[in-house]
Amino acid sequence: MTLQIAVASGKGGTGKTTIGVGLASEMAAIKPGVTYIDCDVEEPNGHLFLKPSITEKRAVSVPVPIVDIDLCNACGACGSFCNFKAIVNILDKVLTFPELCHGCGGCSKVCEAQAIREVPRVVGYVETGTALPGNEHGPISFVQGRLEVKELQATHVIRAARKEMPDRGVTIIDAPPGAACAMVAATKGADLVLLVTEPTPFGLNDLEIAVNTIRELGLPAAVVVNRSDIGDERVTRYCEEEGLEILAEIPHDRAVAMAYSRGELITTAVPEFAERIRGMIPRIYELVQG
Amino acid sequence: MKIAVTSSGATEESAIDERFGRAKYFIIHDTESGESHTIDNESNLNLQQGAGIQAAEIVLSEGAGVVLTGHCGPKAFKTLKAAGIEIIIGCSGTVKTMIDSYKQGDLKPVDAPDVDMHW
Ligand code: SF4
Ligand code: SF4
Repeated sequence: MTLQIAVASGKGGTGKTTIGVGLASEMAAIKPGVTYIDCDVEEPNGHLFLKPSITEKRAVSVPVPIVDIDLCNACGACGSFCNFKAIVNILDKVLTFPELCHGCGGCSKVCEAQAIREVPRVVGYVETGTALPGNEHGPISFVQGRLEVKELQATHVIRAARKEMPDRGVTIIDAPPGAACAMVAATKGADLVLLVTEPTPFGLNDLEIAVNTIRELGLPAAVVVNRSDIGDERVTRYCEEEGLEILAEIPHDRAVAMAYSRGELITTAVPEFAERIRGMIPRIYELVQG
Repeated sequence: MKIAVTSSGATEESAIDERFGRAKYFIIHDTESGESHTIDNESNLNLQQGAGIQAAEIVLSEGAGVVLTGHCGPKAFKTLKAAGIEIIIGCSGTVKTMIDSYKQGDLKPVDAPDVDMHW
């Protein structure tokens, strides 16, 4: 089994990708067999730093209903089954809203007139390739899910991306920000969830929400405090009270921001940052291997 | 005929709520009896998706023939159209003035949605 480490964050902009990519590249420098999966499907940006060569791209689709009006007897069973308003009965008509459909297949099953068939609707892509070949920080197997613009079914793309996981080595999952279904789909079953936060009141609030979700999922969690010198003590105190281990505190560094904006691999560009990341790897192994 | 108006408050004196799916209230006015009643749209406000569709279903179940609102998105539009309900957008001011304008024939229904998502 691969060891799955999900890097998550209650909100965007905490440096989640920087930490995730940094961890992947530092782990790859120690031992081969690292996979990085970008599950932040609405805005995957790990590729900006890992600059992978993509060798395969596959469409992810959701089976959505199409109604044959000649067979439909307007019984209304489909609309009352669907929780998502993706199929709706209005007077004697059946309306479908494919973008809302989760592809559960329920409506076609409950249609006794067999008026509903399913057709695949492409909502995103999974791309796979290799990053940093011939680099001391590589090679890293690269996977990225990408949700099509305006599509809503992020979880389908995330699950498809996670299916690309190898059966050995270490897999770093870059989870989408927040604590909703998409984050759950990306972290579920992980051996460890690293919650990246900032020591600000907003950071703390989002961290608490994320911690609650992760605990409901029953996943082991630890915290990385990024830009650890910009705020106050409350995040540290909260972690103590909750028994959450802080694996690293990474001070704000202009060099990191600069390297980020240039799309450079930060572990190469900023040695101090690389050191902090490297520093938490032994403890991560201890945590995931129990 | 019944008119459904999206409202920010529970009475005809309230200002129009420009949103359709996420309107606070619907005021249903019966032009024959001159009477109105109010529907709280609270449960719909929290829907992540499909609020416009559900709002259209509510309006249909109230037997309204026309909706007066500020904006209407594509999903609500499609549902209202299928229900044969006319849609008047661009309304502002109080619910009462809009109902009066409608009765005087000053308002014309539209045949396309005017906003993209999340109304
Ligand atoms: S497949 Fe499921 S989600 Fe999609 S329209 Fe049918 S019942 Fe709704
Ligand atoms: S369940 Fe089938 S027959 Fe009934 S309304 Fe839906 S499509 Fe028509």
